[in-house]
Amino acid sequence: MNPAGVFSSLIPLWAVLASLAAVPFILLSSRRPNLREFWTLAAGLVMFGCVLSLLPAALRGQTAAAELFEVVPGVRLALRADPLGVFFALIASGLWVLTSCYSIGYMRGLKEHKQTRYFAFFAVSLSATMGIAFAANLVTFILFYEILTIATYPLVIHQETPEAIRAGRKYLAFTLSAGVLLIGAAVWTYQITGGNLDFRPGGLLAGLTLAGKTAVPLFLLFLCGVGVKSSIMPLHSWLPAAMVAPTPVSALLHAVAVVKAGVFGMIRVTAFVFGPDLLRRFGLDTVLIVITVTTILLGSLLALRQDNLKRRLAYSTISHLSYIILAAALLSGPALAAGLLHLAFHATMKITLFFCAGAVAVSLGRENVSQLNGVGRVMPWTMAAFTIGALGLSGLPPIDGFVSKWYLGAAAVGGGRPWLAGVLVLSGLLNAAYLFPIVQRAFFRRGVGLEGRREASAWMVVPLVLTALLSLGLGLYPNLFFDLARRAAAGIFGGF
Amino acid sequence: MIPTNAPALPPLLFLFTGLLIPLAAFKLRRLAYWLALAATAAASAVAVSNIFRVLDGGAIHYHFGGWLPPIGIEYVLDPLSAFVTSVINVIALIVLIHARRTVEADLPEGKHVPYYALVMLMMAGFNGIVVTGDFFNVYVFLEICSLALYGLVAVGDRKSPVAAFRYLVLGMIGGCFYLLGVGFLYMSSGSLNMADLKAILPVLGARPEVIVALAFMLLGFGLKMALFPLHGWLPDAYTYAPTATSSLMAPIGTKIGAYVLIRILYFVFGLGFITKTVPAATIIAWLSAAAILYGSIQAMAQDELKRMLAFSSVAQVGYIGLGIGLANAWGLVGALLHILNHGLMKACLFLVAGNFRMKLGHSRISRLDQEARRRMPWSTAAFTLAALSMIGLPPTVGFFSKWYLAWGSIRNGSWVFLAVILVSSLLNAVYFFRVVERLYLKPADRPPEAEKSGAAARVRSEVGASMLIPTLVLAAALLAAGLLNAFIVKGVLLKILPPGLAGMNP
Repeated sequence: MNPAGVFSSLIPLWAVLASLAAVPFILLSSRRPNLREFWTLAAGLVMFGCVLSLLPAALRGQTAAAELFEVVPGVRLALRADPLGVFFALIASGLWVLTSCYSIGYMRGLKEHKQTRYFAFFAVSLSATMGIAFAANLVTFILFYEILTIATYPLVIHQETPEAIRAGRKYLAFTLSAGVLLIGAAVWTYQITGGNLDFRPGGLLAGLTLAGKTAVPLFLLFLCGVGVKSSIMPLHSWLPAAMVAPTPVSALLHAVAVVKAGVFGMIRVTAFVFGPDLLRRFGLDTVLIVITVTTILLGSLLALRQDNLKRRLAYSTISHLSYIILAAALLSGPALAAGLLHLAFHATMKITLFFCAGAVAVSLGRENVSQLNGVGRVMPWTMAAFTIGALGLSGLPPIDGFVSKWYLGAAAVGGGRPWLAGVLVLSGLLNAAYLFPIVQRAFFRRGVGLEGRREASAWMVVPLVLTALLSLGLGLYPNLFFDLARRAAAGIFGGF
Repeated sequence: MIPTNAPALPPLLFLFTGLLIPLAAFKLRRLAYWLALAATAAASAVAVSNIFRVLDGGAIHYHFGGWLPPIGIEYVLDPLSAFVTSVINVIALIVLIHARRTVEADLPEGKHVPYYALVMLMMAGFNGIVVTGDFFNVYVFLEICSLALYGLVAVGDRKSPVAAFRYLVLGMIGGCFYLLGVGFLYMSSGSLNMADLKAILPVLGARPEVIVALAFMLLGFGLKMALFPLHGWLPDAYTYAPTATSSLMAPIGTKIGAYVLIRILYFVFGLGFITKTVPAATIIAWLSAAAILYGSIQAMAQDELKRMLAFSSVAQVGYIGLGIGLANAWGLVGALLHILNHGLMKACLFLVAGNFRMKLGHSRISRLDQEARRRMPWSTAAFTLAALSMIGLPPTVGFFSKWYLAWGSIRNGSWVFLAVILVSSLLNAVYFFRVVERLYLKPADRPPEAEKSGAAARVRSEVGASMLIPTLVLAAALLAAGLLNAFIVKGVLLKILPPGLAGMNP
């Protein structure tokens, strides 16, 4: 009954339910913070364990599938842990464990209000992210995509200041509009395919005779639908605004889970719904390349102008997300593999930088780049980790950012677009231009008002050192992710 | 015995209880409520069991007094009427459980007995319209339920008599149009029986009096259904009526109009007549699209929660009308699912509005704040869930009815309607989010004592279980119906569709 390489297994379902099941426990233990955080950590470890147990099969190119009940006639709620999905799930669930530890230090360090709500919705968000990673068809994907939208809203407005509420409105306006367009696109696809919405490597719509006046508007609907979460320009402005959220939210959701759910959706749309042939036939890959190159360069330029550290990192995220979409738009196996590597490696680097920003905010109360003079002397571990992340984002070896950029550049040249390698180099320089001054201020300038200040608590410093070491380690030994990415890309473009 | 009598049982049960209540409650006033509740519970049980019976064994016909149609009056329980009676009776039961406290709070004690008697007459009318197979009989039941409704609206606050009078005038006009239409139909065909007419009408063809009959009947029930631009009576009536009345009217009343529209268009005149002979379906679809936008935009401007919900109803009736007007299988499935969906959502939202009025003494949006949520966390949560369903976010049922409607629009190549459905989701998001944001984020003017003293104890004053449980049951039903919608669609709704409707298969 199942196609080759697919076996039925409920593990993807357990991965999705792990953190959802923790929500009632988190809510019930709101009066006992230690117990409450135990549930979060336990759910994180269970989820990570589930994903890890899917890893060997994914590395062999096999897919675990869990088919549930029908949601609309002909379409089931179905989860399918293909190599691509496992790749994304592995990053999100692995970093969630670290982020949870960090959250404990951050929220307690700042004595934040409503921590129960925070941890509960964080758990729901991760559940939705797992659902997005493992969604086997468009309806399941949309289901979790919208749940993710709703579940992250309370995290964005967590401060409940007027600024946060404004940012929340903007966030909802962008993401709900995108969701609506995505639903429209899905219904249209449903009509075109006659009720089949299953993601298929090489394209659900491939092999159908589609006229340009159908394919192009449909693609644009999809592009806007998943483009908001992946914050391609000009749909990006919610992301800098959402930086009012607590730093762990910015770190995991707005650098890894939510935005990469958008990027992941973009890969699903290009490789699993449309397929390379269809995109090439109508020149849609060129559209995507133009948009992403613009976003990469403009995002980096805008990052230069931000004084607020988190906003600077947000613009950096915008530009780096487009690297991955650019890789998907190149429509070749090596490029997609490089893009997936960047999806993973950008996550480790950017989460390090956000963790550092949060640690500085907690122990010094400083949020602006111009206030960071001399911080490296009182917070050496934090700023050392920051340096590793900054080096990696600029694409310098031996940090993992170098590996993914190298492969991406090679794939661009190999795909007959050598000028894109130039774009990558230019943006690497811009990365250095907006990140290195921070390092320079921290270590080589004299600061004021830093007497008696120390590192933040171990709950925060340990995770950020770990993610920095992870960035370094993955730069030296990228094999596991490389194999998995290559396996995922080979499922679509054939072996290479 | 019950199987053959099944169609007649619910309307007669309500009619009988409506007459029994004043007599029985003569000595013991409290009996009125319990009689009404028992009758509704019995009718719900019968209606739900009838669905299974009809789906297994086909339509059940009951001939009144043994007179055979077309001379006698026939009651027919087919999948469509079985579905609609189940929806309205079950929702009425849930709302009535909630109604006990609000009626005690809204009305002086002396009015309780007539109030419940009128509720029973209204339910008798609704059930009668749905099960009868005779056009004139529809008119009779229409007048029964309308007269009951005028009373039920007028008993509300100080402005309600005016609202009720307006409703009365427009309702009368609607009834007259319908009766005229029936007259034309009888004149040209010599029959009032629906099944009989279905056979006669193709023979008559597109004669002017038949077309006029259709137009008048649609006008009559368009008014009852509050289909734009015939919705004028609705906002005031919903706003000023007592909580119990508006939460009965909003989820059920407009659905009856939608049911009659579906019955007339698809089961009597037939698909060919309403699409090829006269563009009735197209007109309804365009009016509905206008209703969706108009209702949503008006809802944004309202400050009174009940009034916002009333305008939202105008928009939601538009969804149902749009599904009917699309004249294909998935549009109609969307309309039918939306009948269930909107029944559950609107009942839930009006019950929450009632809960607010009960505990806060008002339901003005501009006065809602965190304090309200702190006092009533569960009602607020139910409101939020229903709002998500109104916006159409998965996995609530609102997403799925919009899915089918969107699909029906695409099947017809009607991009305008697709755009209307998608845009209206965002409009819904705007006006519901406005309320939800206030409830969760607007700081209270006066900080509660609990925060001052730093104690964790909250001033929670949620409504009692008899009001809270119905609200939460409806909210949970939204999720359940959403996740299980494929079973409802495949098991019931697809069996309702008249034969020959285009696009049956996905």
